[in-house]
Amino acid sequence: MDCNRVFVSKVKRLTIVFTLLIAFLSIKIDTFAQVDSAVVPVDSVVAESAHATSGEHGSEASHGKEKFEPTKVIMEHIADSHMWHLWGHTSLPLPVILYTPGGLEVFSSGNFHHGEHDYNGKYNNYRLEEDHVKVVGADGKVDEEVSKSVLDFSITKNVAAMFVAILVILIVFISVAGAYKKRVGKAPKGLQSFIEPIVIFVRDDIAKPNIGHKYAKFMPYLLTTFFFLLFNNLLGLVPIFPGSANVTGNIALTFVMALGTLLIVNLNGNKYYWKHIFLPDVPFWLWPLMVVVEVVGIISKPFALMVRLFANMTAGHIIVLSLISLIFIFETLAIAPVSVAFVIFMDVLELLVAFLQAFIFTLLTALFIGMAVEEHH
Amino acid sequence: MDLVTPSIGLVFWTSLAFICLLILLRKFAWKPILGAIHEREQSIDEALNKAELAKQEMARLTSQNQDLMQQARAERDEILKEAKTLKDGILNEAKKQAQVEGAKLIEKAKIEIENQKKAALAEVKDQVSSLSLEIAERVLRTQLDDKTKQEALVANLLKDVELN
Repeated sequence: MDCNRVFVSKVKRLTIVFTLLIAFLSIKIDTFAQVDSAVVPVDSVVAESAHATSGEHGSEASHGKEKFEPTKVIMEHIADSHMWHLWGHTSLPLPVILYTPGGLEVFSSGNFHHGEHDYNGKYNNYRLEEDHVKVVGADGKVDEEVSKSVLDFSITKNVAAMFVAILVILIVFISVAGAYKKRVGKAPKGLQSFIEPIVIFVRDDIAKPNIGHKYAKFMPYLLTTFFFLLFNNLLGLVPIFPGSANVTGNIALTFVMALGTLLIVNLNGNKYYWKHIFLPDVPFWLWPLMVVVEVVGIISKPFALMVRLFANMTAGHIIVLSLISLIFIFETLAIAPVSVAFVIFMDVLELLVAFLQAFIFTLLTALFIGMAVEEHH
Repeated sequence: MDLVTPSIGLVFWTSLAFICLLILLRKFAWKPILGAIHEREQSIDEALNKAELAKQEMARLTSQNQDLMQQARAERDEILKEAKTLKDGILNEAKKQAQVEGAKLIEKAKIEIENQKKAALAEVKDQVSSLSLEIAERVLRTQLDDKTKQEALVANLLKDVELN
């Protein structure tokens, strides 16, 4: 309960900071994209250098003395892809699904031959440019206008890796559930005894203290969130197929998870929650400011969740890849032991972070739910 | 910025996948797992309560047993004591009776002896008297030729008789 109070005060402070930040930025900037370019100049530099070098990618792909570009390699890993790189020059082609004004278009990304060829689809000609599917106009150049009207619903590397994670989760938990049905009232065994403490941890240390007696209703959401993030985080640490995708370090996934939290919190908010937002206990002259702060707080809380998970996971991947890149930057094997030692250290740390981020996301979700369903007497 | 722009495809697939996962896990995993854990916790609670009750019952029985044992021991002691007093009583009684009996026998024997002695004395007296008579007769016959002597004898006899 003590910890609860600390969290509440932290959340309030965070809310105010975010409110001010967003208010400040929204004066001159209207998209988050630009917000980030202002806040994280390093990333933009990284991306720009990636842009600059990508043009030469086609020629570099052919053998010969390649110049090693760590930023490009790292950004390629961090970003999503239409191919699932397996080893060397072997990649697993993934299905491309495009929703064009003309209709649905489905084909294999293998048709692009690593971006070297265009693909003549039913409605348009497509070209893979920086791992984005673009429409090629009649003049042989990318037609940006038409490209914007095409929605990309492809099964990308991240989507495929997420499906793998979901498959693993389903297999694990349905088999565990089967074990419970088979061994009614007996002590857990095997996988069951590994999963059970985590489930009980989520119930007794995340849901119960933060939500209170209404916790049972939110258990499925909290457990699913926790294990979905945990398995995706852990699979992201596996350097070979079917891991290696930076699923939870992708803003789209964290956006969806944060949106889920936003919806479940606000759809379950009781009258006290809404009263706290629209009729706060403050002097009347503070009222307009407080309402704005509280309303922004509704958005900023899940926004913080989204950014935290995304930044943590992406940062971890970038560090590990940078350490590995050291070997190729120095072009000597002598640096390898140092690199590997640091990578092992980082991987162990990332293992902790994988648990920690899943835990924090779930804990804060539970906390927000708790604040929304709390009864005041 | 590519990195921080959510792509519509991944958003769509993540939402779809997460909702499916949530529904599937809720039905096939969380319900049975949480239910089983809850049930087991309850059964463990129940078992612990039962064990506590059994322990109390056990303690009760043990103390009861001890009571019974103590009672039995006391009873045994009582019985032994009673038996001892009874034995002592009987022994004393027997001793007393034996003494009385012995005394009686001795008394009887004494009386018998007295009687026998009397009888024997009487017989001896008889014999002595008859013998003395005979002797006297003979003495008299020999000595009482003389009148004076006769008279002296008579006088003597008479003296003797008186002395007796």
